[in-house]
Amino acid sequence: MSRVLVGVKRVIDYAVKIRVKPDHSGVVTDGVKHSMNPFCEIAVEEAVKLKEKKFIKEVVAVSCGPTQVTETIRTALAMGCDRGIHVEVSGKDYEAMGPLQISKIFAALAKKEEASLVILGKQAIDDDCNQTGQMTAALLDWPQGTFASEVTIDGEKVKVVREIDGGLETIKISMPAVLTADLRLNTPRYATLPNIMKAKKKKIANMKPADLGVDEPPTRLAGVKVETVDDLVAKLKANGTI
Amino acid sequence: MDVKKGRVSSAHGLSDEQKEFQKMAFDFAAHEMSPHMAEWDEKEIFPVETMRKAAQLGFGGIYVQPEVGGSGLSRLDTSVIFEALSTGCVSTTAYISIHNMCNWMIDTFGNTEQREKFCPELCTMDKFASYCLTEPGSGSDAASLLTTAKLEGHHYILNGSKAFISGGGDTDVYIVMCRTGGKGPKGISCVVVEKDTPGLSFGKKEKKVGWNSQPTRAVILEDCHVPVTNRLGQEGQGFNIAMRGLNGGRINIASCSLGAAHACVQLARDHLLVRKQFGEALSNNQFLQFKLAEMATKLVASRLLLREAAVALQESRSDAVSLCSMAKLFVTDECFNICNQALQMHGGYGYLKDYAVQQFVRDIRVHQILEGTNEVMRMIIARSLLSESG
Repeated sequence: MSRVLVGVKRVIDYAVKIRVKPDHSGVVTDGVKHSMNPFCEIAVEEAVKLKEKKFIKEVVAVSCGPTQVTETIRTALAMGCDRGIHVEVSGKDYEAMGPLQISKIFAALAKKEEASLVILGKQAIDDDCNQTGQMTAALLDWPQGTFASEVTIDGEKVKVVREIDGGLETIKISMPAVLTADLRLNTPRYATLPNIMKAKKKKIANMKPADLGVDEPPTRLAGVKVETVDDLVAKLKANGTI
Repeated sequence: MDVKKGRVSSAHGLSDEQKEFQKMAFDFAAHEMSPHMAEWDEKEIFPVETMRKAAQLGFGGIYVQPEVGGSGLSRLDTSVIFEALSTGCVSTTAYISIHNMCNWMIDTFGNTEQREKFCPELCTMDKFASYCLTEPGSGSDAASLLTTAKLEGHHYILNGSKAFISGGGDTDVYIVMCRTGGKGPKGISCVVVEKDTPGLSFGKKEKKVGWNSQPTRAVILEDCHVPVTNRLGQEGQGFNIAMRGLNGGRINIASCSLGAAHACVQLARDHLLVRKQFGEALSNNQFLQFKLAEMATKLVASRLLLREAAVALQESRSDAVSLCSMAKLFVTDECFNICNQALQMHGGYGYLKDYAVQQFVRDIRVHQILEGTNEVMRMIIARSLLSESG
């Protein structure tokens, strides 16, 4: 049981009053306070705790995005992760990026790093997708323990208590596996002053999605409006969808 | 940190590492201190558990050497940290800074045994410290202190009383400046008196306008036997040790004022945007816009002077003492005015204890008085300006 990958996303800070851009194309992010997604903090904390309990040897913090996301990786390092990986995506590509591309990147990294666990936050507070963990598990064909409120390593298996609509569900899954952290899994630690100083010396590797064999997200094509259902059916038949 | 377009941020000019310290300190202040600030003030609670949590993060000995458990950071790092923590509770942060000052004095002037005995537990805040210089008869004229320390065998017998001691009665380690020799500063030594030493007692807990999350008491010494091995440095070096401690202490106290002013400018700004009178938000009123601009300008000026003084002290520059005095004088005065003005902008609400602004005003008022009054700061600056060698 050697290595855990933890995903950390840089999002607009939860306390900020969100404003919509004048052209309605999105929300204002320029000059707005950003921080690590709270569920990602919980994921980092869980990974660091597993390392402190000696279940794993190394925690690698991963973030996808422009240069600024290295701040978020540094925070993860200050919390106790051993090294970081910055998968660089910027500009329009970054805006178009969604859970599917991220999960492809994480799946590729999980294989490359021979990770035993991939721990992610259950969702990000900006898009609330709640998809990346599940998609990553599917791409890797690994078991998943999502909405985890308790994680226990038992030999080569992980016992996960999940928060579900009906209450709590306990499952036992084999490793390697993907876990997603829910609110009550733990209380993230503050980085200590000594750890912030140690983090300065920890390495952050830089790479592009292409280095992992992951394509750029496809450009979205414009759609076409049709007048009737018959037109819709005809068009779908014409392009081979049905 | 909070980088709004065009606004001067408190993170400006800091290294990446300092920004991390600052972010962590702001988070700690917002989550662990701010929610309790009013209760600690009202109920006069000395928040031992919260301070120990802070110590676990390295705040118990910020500029103390790592080999005795400290964080080994610079004076500038320390100023940034105290400024951020103060936004959560000035009174508690100010006490933490006094504790740090005492810890540093032992670390710097103590011998190996003393450092190893006291510093680790002060760094974890398993034990708390107090700085005892002022007496009923000697405040600004500190060198005229009367507490005596008579050498008898392997002990000093201490007799006298200290006034206005922060933490007094609830702390474990008392750094006491006392007279072992003749009159004036050269007759003063510095000894560490431990809690429960026979002959050590305390006056009543003072009722204060602010700083209520730390108890303040007189410290009374009646034939108090202190081992000679508890003396820091040489006999006659005590006043110098006390003043060296205070140089840093002045940076720290000014940092606390700065944090309070930073918080109050934000509170005032938010209030102006929300409160409406005469059919529009107060933020449309030119007088208030100009006033807010002046407050922000003085805040930034304060911060720059303070950080420069911190760097000068760290580098032991020849102008460090003057700069520390200038910074303490300017920053505590200007920041009090900023907080006071912020209270005024809140109107009647500013006078209610439901609103934090009044606590910031009450808590930082004393920063213009202690650790050397702002009048004494002027004496120090003038002396340096008018000295023969200048």
